[in-house]
Amino acid sequence: MRLGLMAVPVAFFAAFFAYPVAAIVGRGLKADGVWRFGRIGEVLADPDIRDVLWFTTWQALASTGLTLLIALPAAYVFARLDFPGKQLLRAVITVPFVLPTVVVGTAYLALLGRGGLLDELWGVRLDTTVWAILLAHVFFNYAVVVRTVGGLWSQLDPRQEEAARVLGAGRFAAWRRVTLPALVPAVAAAALMVFLFTFTSFGVVQILGGPAYSTLEVEIYRQTAQFLDLPTAAVLTLVQFVAVGAILAVHAWTVRRRESALKLVDAAQTARRPRGAGQWALLGGVLATVVLLILVPLGVLVERSLSGPGGSGFGLGYYRALQSAGAGGGTFLVPPLEAVWNSLEYALAATAIALVVGGLAAAALTRRAGRLVRGFDALLMLPLGVSAVTVGFGFLITLDRPPLDLRTSWILVPLAQALVGVPFVVRTMLPVLRAVDARLREAAAVLGASPLRAWREVDLPMVRRALLVAAGFAFAVSLGEFGATVFIARPDNPTLPVAVARLLGRAGDLNYGQAMALSTILMVVCAVALLVLERMRPDRTGSGEF
Amino acid sequence: MLRLDGATVRFGKRAVLDSVDLEVADHEIVCVLGPSGSGKSTLLRVVAGLQAADAGRVLLDGRDQRGVPVHRRGVGLMFQDHQLFPQRDVGGNVAFGLRMRGAAKAEQVRRVGELLDMVGLPGAGRRAISTLSGGEQQRVALARALAPEPKLLMLDEPLGQLDRGLRERLVVELRQLFGRLGTTVLAVTHDQGEAFALADRVVVMREGRIAQTGTPLEVWQRPASEFVARFLGFDNVVAATVSGEAADTVWGKVPVPAGTAQGEARLLVRPAGVRLVPSEDGLPCVVTGRTFRGHHVALLLRPAGAPLLEAECALRDAPEVGAEVGAAFAAEEVVVLGAAD
Repeated sequence: MRLGLMAVPVAFFAAFFAYPVAAIVGRGLKADGVWRFGRIGEVLADPDIRDVLWFTTWQALASTGLTLLIALPAAYVFARLDFPGKQLLRAVITVPFVLPTVVVGTAYLALLGRGGLLDELWGVRLDTTVWAILLAHVFFNYAVVVRTVGGLWSQLDPRQEEAARVLGAGRFAAWRRVTLPALVPAVAAAALMVFLFTFTSFGVVQILGGPAYSTLEVEIYRQTAQFLDLPTAAVLTLVQFVAVGAILAVHAWTVRRRESALKLVDAAQTARRPRGAGQWALLGGVLATVVLLILVPLGVLVERSLSGPGGSGFGLGYYRALQSAGAGGGTFLVPPLEAVWNSLEYALAATAIALVVGGLAAAALTRRAGRLVRGFDALLMLPLGVSAVTVGFGFLITLDRPPLDLRTSWILVPLAQALVGVPFVVRTMLPVLRAVDARLREAAAVLGASPLRAWREVDLPMVRRALLVAAGFAFAVSLGEFGATVFIARPDNPTLPVAVARLLGRAGDLNYGQAMALSTILMVVCAVALLVLERMRPDRTGSGEF
Repeated sequence: MLRLDGATVRFGKRAVLDSVDLEVADHEIVCVLGPSGSGKSTLLRVVAGLQAADAGRVLLDGRDQRGVPVHRRGVGLMFQDHQLFPQRDVGGNVAFGLRMRGAAKAEQVRRVGELLDMVGLPGAGRRAISTLSGGEQQRVALARALAPEPKLLMLDEPLGQLDRGLRERLVVELRQLFGRLGTTVLAVTHDQGEAFALADRVVVMREGRIAQTGTPLEVWQRPASEFVARFLGFDNVVAATVSGEAADTVWGKVPVPAGTAQGEARLLVRPAGVRLVPSEDGLPCVVTGRTFRGHHVALLLRPAGAPLLEAECALRDAPEVGAEVGAAFAAEEVVVLGAAD
């Protein structure tokens, strides 16, 4: 039964992940049919490569720490406080996560760089410092921590903390001894995700870091696309693979030690209106953070998309230009606006694939036992850490001949996007699925429900919320996926991020403005999609939140 | 209806269920009684198919249940902590088994109404589970288990978490209800009062084995072993050498029923069989404890140089703590216990 559930995810990862990545690595390390492992030592001995490794690691650590520091209070606010506009705010903080990394980088460049907002106002420039990278990473990953930790936090029974208070624990001690241990798996999962994203950061670093700062992923891209040095790229891919594998192993170990069946309650019953100066101050601080960190960069983005060419006045000129193919100066075969529909179709297909594959995997992992299943748990996280550039390039060189000739199939792009969506689905579903009391399933079985029916009747209603959140994440990362898609999207069917990158890569105000306009459209599409999702969420307290 | 042949379950090296043979006839109410950890709940889980037996067979209506999944066994199980589905209302919980059988909507509504009336919660169908008290949850769980009309209904500590008054009332109601419906019931409990009040037949378990089987009266009157006697709350158990119609014990000569096997034995003297006499006419004791039990008083007596002795007497005859009394024994309240212990 358990093996049956795992068959689909295993086959999926074998065909669309292991095989392409292995093919790329093989191509890089094999010369004339002979493995050349000596290359690994040579590449690693290079001082430039060592600098890249060191920078990749410490900036990822710093980004993760900074994100947790800034986002954990927000997780509390979203879980435990009830205030007008909460759903809207929740959607707002999720928008950055789905923006293409290239756009995030550009938005921060417009804010912190030469001629940017801070430069205009105070003459401050941060684009040559690591602070720009760190802030952009926080911008990007804020929602990961808030949604992952806050989602679980909102379902923890506050009476557990009350029980501790009655037993003599102070307010902080009760939180530290009761709530914190229950949150640790979620915090660890969120921190791991942030670390993986920032460790493999690509677009943000390339734009804001300039030539001074380079992560592994940027280096892999340079070696592959600019220098055509496939052997070095293969070695770096392997290094990233090993590093990510090690991180995942440590994570799996800590999570396995801490994760336990939690007492979950309806999230709608745990939030209260803010009381006392402390809670109001916290809410105010979180709102201020969201404004400064998220709304200001996005505002600058919108402002640039609306400004006329050469900075003359405001207008919809850039948006109009998106409707014709020729306006990009031959950049596109089709009007850039069509990228919106391409992206939506691809992302929906990718979400469906990710939900099926990730859902089956999570269901199989729920009844955890044995070494095999535990290994599977870690395996599912690998696509997050493996170079997207490698995966995309691997798709091109492996899925072009029978039995898997997908070169001309539209499904190629959703498959690559689903690969990064599955880990989100599993990570979101698993903590909630594992917290469902197994005896409820037994009660259903005794009453005549087959295992599948019991899952549908018992687990599904309880995890519907998590499922929606997972779908949202999968949709979002599919929509924003860039590293792999850029290699495999066909020229006449570009996705939004690919179109934006193409426009940004060309000189001229018109192209820059169109890129800003297209990014704004992507942002709006994501915001609308997320708002719909937030409204669909079963919420017994009903309306009145807006 | 139900037959277990040498059913065995091992967790690691420990046998939680050790070749248990058990039969439950149609319309019979059997109660498995034992301390926690004696394997009672595992027994139910094996019958339901929630736990695979390492050895032995489970037969329902004469058919071996090996390989039959839980949902096809047609048994009902009421869980110790109810396990009501929190996301469904009362009616949704009760209707669950009917839906699984594909009953028509109208039939479901009718049965849910009937069952809620029967368990004393008329019109509660739309209430949320979280608004129910412990006793109400109990009733909903019972209605849910009864709804699909299982051929065998199993109850795990059915009244365990309820307060005493409710428990005593419910146990009578349950027995009447099962009698009226003709339900075959296998219940487990650690509470002897519950078992005796509910069951046609009581099965006492110890460490995965059956220690004794019989009607409540048989088990109460003639505990088969020292374990059963002590589990039922009898502590006057003593080593004895039987010769003729009396036995030598540390408490002196104790009369035994006629026809008792001669030689070494363990004796149980029920507290009711310890009569108070003037101290020179019996075993001299000092009263060290006196507990009011409603219709009688339980006394704790300390004989010189021998284990404590429990006695019972009417309130007006009860001596004060510290009084010196004599203890004499009545043969009809003396039970010779089996050696198998």
